[in-house]
Amino acid sequence: MATTATLPQINKPLAQELNPSLVEGNLSYHEVTEQVCEIVEGAVHRNWYIGFAISFSIFLMMVGMLGYQLFTGVGVWGNNAPVAWAWDITNFVFWIGIGHAGTLISAVLFLFRQKWRTSINRAAEAMTLFAVACAAIYPVMHTGRPWRTYWLFPVPNLDLNMWQNFRSPLMWDVFAISTYGSVSAVFWYMGLIPDLATLRDRAAVAGKHTRAMILGVFSLGWRFSARHWTNYEKMYLLLAAISTPLVLSVHSIVSFDFATSVIPGWHTTIFPPYFVAGAVFSGFAMVQTLLLVTRWALGLENLITSKHLDNMNKIILATGMIVGYAYATEFFIAWYSANQYERFVFFNRAFGPYWWAYALMVSCNVLSPQIFWVKSLRTNVIVTFIMSIFVNIGMWFERFVIIASSLHRDFMPSSWGYFQPSYVDICTFIGTFGFFMTLFLLFLRFIPCIALSEVKGAMAAQAHLPGHEPVKGTTPVHAGGHH
Amino acid sequence: MDLIQISPAQNATGKKYWRSLNELSGTPQFASWVENEFPGGAEILDPGSRRTMLKLMAASFGMAGLVACRRPEEKILPVSKSAEDVIPGKPMYYASAFVNRGIANGIQVEVHDGRPTKVEGNPMHPNSLGAASALAQASVLSVYDPDRARAVHAGGKSSDWAAWDKFAAEKVATLGQGAGFRILSERTTSPTLLSVKAELLKKYPEAKWAEYDSLDGGHAIAGAELLFGQRLQPVYRFDRAEVIVSLDDDFMGEDAASVEATRQFTKKRKVSKPGEPMNRLYLVESRFSITGAMADHRLRIKSGEVLQFASDLAVEVGAKSALKVLKPGDRTQKWLAAVARDLKANAGKCLVTAGPMQSPQVHALAFLINQSLGNVGTTITFTKPVFEPAQSIGELAKEIGAGQVSTLVILGGNPAYTAPVELDFAAAIAKVATSVYLGAEADETAAAAKWHLPAAHAMESWGDARSADGSATILQPQIAPLYGGRSAIEVASQLLDGKAKKGYAVVQGYWKSVLPAADADRIWRKSLHDGVVAGSAFAEVKGLAAKALPEVAAAALPGVELIFLPSNVGDGRYANNAWLQEVPEAMTKLCWDNAAHVSPAMARELKVETGSMVKITLGSRSIEIPALVTPGQADGSVALQLGYGRTKVGRVGEGVGVNAGLLRTSEGWAFAQGASIVATSGSREFAITQEHHSMREPDMPGRPGELRPVVREGSLEEYKAHPHFAPEVDHHQEMFDLQGVHDYSKGYQWGMAIDLNLCIGCNACLVACNAENNIPVVGQDQIRRGREMHWIRLDRYYTGTEEDPQAVMQPLGCQQCEAAPCENVCPVAATVHSPEGLNDMAYNRCVGTRYCANNCPYKVRRFNYLDWHKNITPVGELVHNPDVTVRMRGIMEKCTYCVQRIQEKRIAAKVDGRRAIRDGEVVTACQQTCPADAIVFGNINDPASAVSKAKAEPRDYTLLKEINTKPRTSFLARLRNPNPELKA
Repeated sequence: MATTATLPQINKPLAQELNPSLVEGNLSYHEVTEQVCEIVEGAVHRNWYIGFAISFSIFLMMVGMLGYQLFTGVGVWGNNAPVAWAWDITNFVFWIGIGHAGTLISAVLFLFRQKWRTSINRAAEAMTLFAVACAAIYPVMHTGRPWRTYWLFPVPNLDLNMWQNFRSPLMWDVFAISTYGSVSAVFWYMGLIPDLATLRDRAAVAGKHTRAMILGVFSLGWRFSARHWTNYEKMYLLLAAISTPLVLSVHSIVSFDFATSVIPGWHTTIFPPYFVAGAVFSGFAMVQTLLLVTRWALGLENLITSKHLDNMNKIILATGMIVGYAYATEFFIAWYSANQYERFVFFNRAFGPYWWAYALMVSCNVLSPQIFWVKSLRTNVIVTFIMSIFVNIGMWFERFVIIASSLHRDFMPSSWGYFQPSYVDICTFIGTFGFFMTLFLLFLRFIPCIALSEVKGAMAAQAHLPGHEPVKGTTPVHAGGHH
Repeated sequence: MDLIQISPAQNATGKKYWRSLNELSGTPQFASWVENEFPGGAEILDPGSRRTMLKLMAASFGMAGLVACRRPEEKILPVSKSAEDVIPGKPMYYASAFVNRGIANGIQVEVHDGRPTKVEGNPMHPNSLGAASALAQASVLSVYDPDRARAVHAGGKSSDWAAWDKFAAEKVATLGQGAGFRILSERTTSPTLLSVKAELLKKYPEAKWAEYDSLDGGHAIAGAELLFGQRLQPVYRFDRAEVIVSLDDDFMGEDAASVEATRQFTKKRKVSKPGEPMNRLYLVESRFSITGAMADHRLRIKSGEVLQFASDLAVEVGAKSALKVLKPGDRTQKWLAAVARDLKANAGKCLVTAGPMQSPQVHALAFLINQSLGNVGTTITFTKPVFEPAQSIGELAKEIGAGQVSTLVILGGNPAYTAPVELDFAAAIAKVATSVYLGAEADETAAAAKWHLPAAHAMESWGDARSADGSATILQPQIAPLYGGRSAIEVASQLLDGKAKKGYAVVQGYWKSVLPAADADRIWRKSLHDGVVAGSAFAEVKGLAAKALPEVAAAALPGVELIFLPSNVGDGRYANNAWLQEVPEAMTKLCWDNAAHVSPAMARELKVETGSMVKITLGSRSIEIPALVTPGQADGSVALQLGYGRTKVGRVGEGVGVNAGLLRTSEGWAFAQGASIVATSGSREFAITQEHHSMREPDMPGRPGELRPVVREGSLEEYKAHPHFAPEVDHHQEMFDLQGVHDYSKGYQWGMAIDLNLCIGCNACLVACNAENNIPVVGQDQIRRGREMHWIRLDRYYTGTEEDPQAVMQPLGCQQCEAAPCENVCPVAATVHSPEGLNDMAYNRCVGTRYCANNCPYKVRRFNYLDWHKNITPVGELVHNPDVTVRMRGIMEKCTYCVQRIQEKRIAAKVDGRRAIRDGEVVTACQQTCPADAIVFGNINDPASAVSKAKAEPRDYTLLKEINTKPRTSFLARLRNPNPELKA
């Protein structure tokens, strides 16, 4: 019975319930600008220094570990025969997967006109870039001779004197990830330009000329003219359209590393969609983890609202179930294929020496997200935070299970083995979090972590929704007048 | 200098050269430009500084010239007048012998530029016929052992040979009749050393010569003496026997002449066509040996029960009439009856052998059975023994204890470590006023003796030795002693008159004295060349009459039995040989360690598992050692391998394993009863290259494990009825290649066939591959981490029940797939296919993504996780084969089918008139050394080649056919020849 026409008449809480606020607190555009720019322009908070000191120390530990590895050999890790890839590629896929939510939020949700993306897309895109940077460490450093890794790039070089092997999925990875990294960076930077210009103008007004000059260089002469906005919107749309297939392609191609091999447990056609769903799943979990902390630390509860949590948790629930379906399908196909090796590998996953990893994976990825069928849990900050950690753990173990448990017992029972990580494995992995957090904290400090221009657009849109006040300091527009 | 005067313009005569059109046209501008060659700048430099610069230039040119003329001061000779026959870069091969427990195994040593790098079997030697054992293969590494003794030590202080020579001359002068003078040597067959011994005992009539070998007590000869009343050497002819019963005789594994035995045994194991016969092997033993894995029927009993079994078998075949010891109705009894019937049915063409660790009585019973079945003269002959009687180490120790020994010369063998523990031989040596030890290492004995003389390696000295049948080989040195060592012959002969002698003179002197004088030179040279002295085999002793043997009573076997076994490192003498330490023990695949082998039932009873520490007590002595649960081990019997836990040893052997010899007394030298074993706290992580995964997958909840058809096995009968039983396991349709197919129809197409029915799993191929392909040693810790580097591995799978398992072996190197899964995944094309079907590795191109190793279904790729060569000393590097690249860290490697050998023969064929490479010309290292001839290699495009014929056999199959990798290596299915009576 509820139609748009009748909505204004129903009470405000119910309308809020149907259209929860993406921006709370009845702020004016200026107040939003002030709130976000204050983080970048104001005094550095003591907590930021503490956080940065911890993150940077962990990052330095990673540098130390990688240096030790570079000078000693990959043998400082636990990798062996038959498990020649272990934590290295697990971490690589884990980080690449995390990046996916950023692109999905910024590109796919943009194309689908999901306004709620606006207050989280900037941070999510930054997360993508930093996750890709963390991921990129592994393909380089996992090789036996990292100083020769540039041979993987199709640039003329006199050492190799030949083309690379384009039949190798690792080559496809090189293209997929470098494309993904560069498009994501351009997309992110594009979105940043108006906000950088805002910062520039504010700096100029405040008389900070050096700061205004530096920001002026990076804001590429943005003058908020209508023509600029028109071109910007077009370009943004185009980049969103270019990025969207990348959401699907990157993790599909990463999954080809496994799917095109002959190893049971790897050699499956289900991998591309399964990997993409898993990547979105883990990416959203990571966005939740990061934003809940950011929101709490920077007092952005009015901009990152329970509506955002609700929406993201719905995606986590949906992708978690896709992942769970993929797990089930793998088992069904293993049974249905009547292939001895295929069957064994899946039974071995669930009941073999790595049963604990499998159990952890299923409980974190399939069972625990089921609590999000309940709305009050979806919007609960503490529950969401704990769940996001669960999903992060579960998705790391998914990659570990796929890689290590498939490799450790493949065709030849004589060569079966077991993988145990070394302290270097563990410290390097922890170190990538330090690297990630270092970059993220720098991002929070130097770049507006919320896309101002986009949030304002969302505020404008929200103002037209029933049950919402018009944006302060603006002329009310009639409901339904906007599209 | 008048450079200016030869300017082009003035050079009117001859051809005119010009640098530019301006110059050619001779314009005034050009002329002025020439004059002003240094316009402006020239004036800046004052004349003085220009001169300084020229001086400096002259000086630096002079210096550069000096560097270029850094010639050695001594007179050197160019290669154009090199030593005769030496072609730079081409190896030379010298015939010699590897002496194992006194027995000669004929070898050829490959020498590159004066350094031995590789051992091959000597095809001209009647007993090795071109094969070599793992020990022989590894002996070359010991030459370059950086921990070998380098200097004479006197009283613990560094001394030199001159001091020793002076001391020896003085000492010899005081020896008189030789009272209190004793020599302790290893058991030796060396004709020269034995002649020196005879001379010594003649010169010093009161002196005594003792011999000790910790792994061979001469029980076979003693057994013959027991039965026939004279010392005789049994010579087995496994190739004439249809039925073989081995009484605890690991004749293909730990025996000194295992290469010869394997050659003979596998000759009767070759079944090229269905319906062909094959021999049948019965084996009675307590520990699971590789001979046991070859057996068609294996009876698992304690070593202490073998005597009863032998006695009953003798009764059962009618060799003697006596009461049976074993109770009727017993499982053993039933087994024995069937074996006896089989033996009787094959009288004259069967053979019963006894192991060196079994008592002389068991040997005597085995000889008796053979004699009564008419085998003597066919499958077993007796000759004059190659060993001579000598004082035992026990008697020697007793004399030392009684103060009767004043001078003791020990010629090798490290008795302070290997002698029975109750003799406390190290303390005994210390009691002797003058003790001299000739030993290669600064070992336990060297520490106890007053004088330690560094021994030369067999490849550094002249010597000789006999094979079991008496055939003598003269050992030639291939390299001058690296550390100035001397041989046993040199030291022993020095004791005759106090003068140092050259081994060459002594050995040649002996042989010249026994060879026909007219032809001595020619025979000497021919013997050196061939590696065997023609006609030196001993004649068969015929007409032997058996004496009555004493009755055997049922032995009480209280407590736990301990059996002492040789190991990969022999009796500890190869403890510093890294190749042998890293060889996975043939059955358990344990490297770098020894263990107490207990049966699964016993482990359950003791509540121990693999790695749990146990305390073994025998009498007043005990050791703590980790347990290893070993299927096939007799219940109540614990096998202990000797040679570990050395206290004074080089860096390789240091801290490896536990000294099981601490429980080994003269009485319980081979095996001992009445021990006790209890679990203690603590555990040890073993370095095992292959866990006990069987071909049957482990059971999982809801899914009983399926059998994987890795090693395919059938009985001889099955093979006759269904010749294609092995390939028919794969019922897959032909698949197409996604990657496109190479054209393999032209040229050489290399392939390999491995006959699993012949492979005994002796590890010789593995060590040969180590030596040929410069395979690094990674050490215990890295093996624990699963990073062994062996290019060929020997997979051992247990089959049958846990109580009475059988085992099969499968050598697995790179399968050289035609559609290789490793190739398409490499991003830098570092592993690619050759037109001849080889899966090549371009080491320089490899960046080490390890993707290829992951995608290899056979798991044969090996990755250099670390710099395995970091700790190799410059001397250690000398063992490397110069034809094969030494791989750096961070790159992948794997079996290449010995591509360097293919190339070598290709060049040889080209030089030899551009002919085709003949079949059998290219021999891979594993194939060459294989005593079982299990490996065939060649061109599969040639239907007449041996490999094509092998692949055409009905039992030929490839591994994992269903994933369409099309391997070039195929396997010929394993066959067993069970006695129908014992099938149930």
